[in-house]
Amino acid sequence: MSAALDVPVDMRTAFVRTVAELLDEDQSVALVLADMSTDHFRRELRRYPDRVLNVGIREQLLISVAGGLALTGLRPIAHTYAPFLVERPFEQIKLDLVHQDAGAILVSVGASYDWPGGGRTHQSPGDVALLDTLPGVRVHVPGHPDDAARLLRAEAGRDGVAYLRLSAAANAQPQPGSGLRLVRPGRRGLVVAVGPMLDPVLAAAKALSCEGIHVAVAYLDTVRPFDGAGLRAVLADVATPEVVLVEPYLAGTSSHAVSEALTGRAHRLLSLGVRRNGELRVYGDAADHDRAHGLDPASLAVEVLAFLAC
Amino acid sequence: MTALSQEWTAEAPTVELIRSLMTRMTGDEKHGAAATSTLDLLHVLYQRVLRVDPGRLDDPDRDRFLLSKGHGPMAYYAVLAAHGFLDPDELADWSGRGSRLGMHPDRVLVPGVEVSSGSLGHGLGLAVGTALGLRAQGRLAPRVFVLVGDAELDEGSNHEAIAVAARMRLAALTAVVVDNNSASHGWPGGIAERFAREGWAARTVDGRDHDQIFAALTAAHPDQPSAVVARVERKDWR
Repeated sequence: MSAALDVPVDMRTAFVRTVAELLDEDQSVALVLADMSTDHFRRELRRYPDRVLNVGIREQLLISVAGGLALTGLRPIAHTYAPFLVERPFEQIKLDLVHQDAGAILVSVGASYDWPGGGRTHQSPGDVALLDTLPGVRVHVPGHPDDAARLLRAEAGRDGVAYLRLSAAANAQPQPGSGLRLVRPGRRGLVVAVGPMLDPVLAAAKALSCEGIHVAVAYLDTVRPFDGAGLRAVLADVATPEVVLVEPYLAGTSSHAVSEALTGRAHRLLSLGVRRNGELRVYGDAADHDRAHGLDPASLAVEVLAFLAC
Repeated sequence: MTALSQEWTAEAPTVELIRSLMTRMTGDEKHGAAATSTLDLLHVLYQRVLRVDPGRLDDPDRDRFLLSKGHGPMAYYAVLAAHGFLDPDELADWSGRGSRLGMHPDRVLVPGVEVSSGSLGHGLGLAVGTALGLRAQGRLAPRVFVLVGDAELDEGSNHEAIAVAARMRLAALTAVVVDNNSASHGWPGGIAERFAREGWAARTVDGRDHDQIFAALTAAHPDQPSAVVARVERKDWR
């Protein structure tokens, strides 16, 4: 349940509602669509025909139009399915936004495998890693619809390029606040859960505690810029400098950020996420993919236990 | 129509002056033909069409000129210098360590440059977005001009923009295509025909005839974007 919205919603619904509010409140906000989610914005398409734009299935133009809108002083939100928002028009993001110093909010749905039946063409585990190659792009990976709404509102009032990665997977509870924050204290190692990985990580931590191993768990939903100071602060209260990073996209995407944050400090790092060792040609459901990538609670517990036992 | 820099010249810049300024920039001779192909278009735009002012770079009601064909920007920089956006003394050191003038223009560094370009196929989409943004804010006076090359139109991204612009009735938008016959496979029916089929008002002119260029750039095109295809001498690269 979402306390803020009083009815159960998913991140996409929270996104739609928040955008509708923003369009009503702020004439500088614009929305650009590429034939995705247009049904959700029928009212807005009618009410704000000059600020809510559907360019059709033209993802390069989706981003270029966002860039052009930004150059005139508007705050555009560009939205479509993750691989078509980030991977297909990546050069447009690189040049028509970042290189132009033109800000926009990119909002995706689909994540790594929200639609397993759709196969590889509709899966984007590499999106965050790809955006990580561009300087100054803020990346948010909310774990709950309320977190998605909060992060989107914050970005609407800012400049620059930001990516909001929505997912069908969500934690039971929102996590207000900002930065890397402790959710479950512990002394034997720190597990950092990104976005919707929090609940599976907490379940794994609970299982480990039954074995007498008490890991600390921290939550992070803004992964770029990476909160190195927050990591160091939380790690200071953990007896062993062992970090497990659990990301809902390519494993190791933020390893370099952890390494940079802990430069000069002895530490060990285990990076978990979507596996890189081959394309998973499996359909099924998201839980099947979680297990295949070791991101279900049982697999996480096994991985963390093995890591801490080294 | 620019507010000329009085420190530079009390007279309107001539094409000969711009050519002279271009000779100060060496080192990119490979793109000399690309630069020269745009010379007369840029001259007419900045001399007779664009409402821009080097003293009011951020005027929200200024016209926008987007150079999408960003390689070989020597004519562009020369025109900017002639019209007071740049100090002509900067030209000789272009692409040097301390220079803000690269071999592809950067809007973050160079005053008067509306978009950074260099990778082909980006300007037209940005121009569509710019025109949409101006309209969304009720700014109906500023016009948006984007200069592309004929071979640049190979890039599919252009066609996404071409397809949408007329459907969105972007009457403030003009695409200027400098056609030096560079495209590998050509355009059956001609470039203007491609635009016309997508609902643009499309004209073909002699890209060295200033009066033809001016007439085409200022012709009325209510409710639809305009495409001006400016033919110049063939680029003999084969």
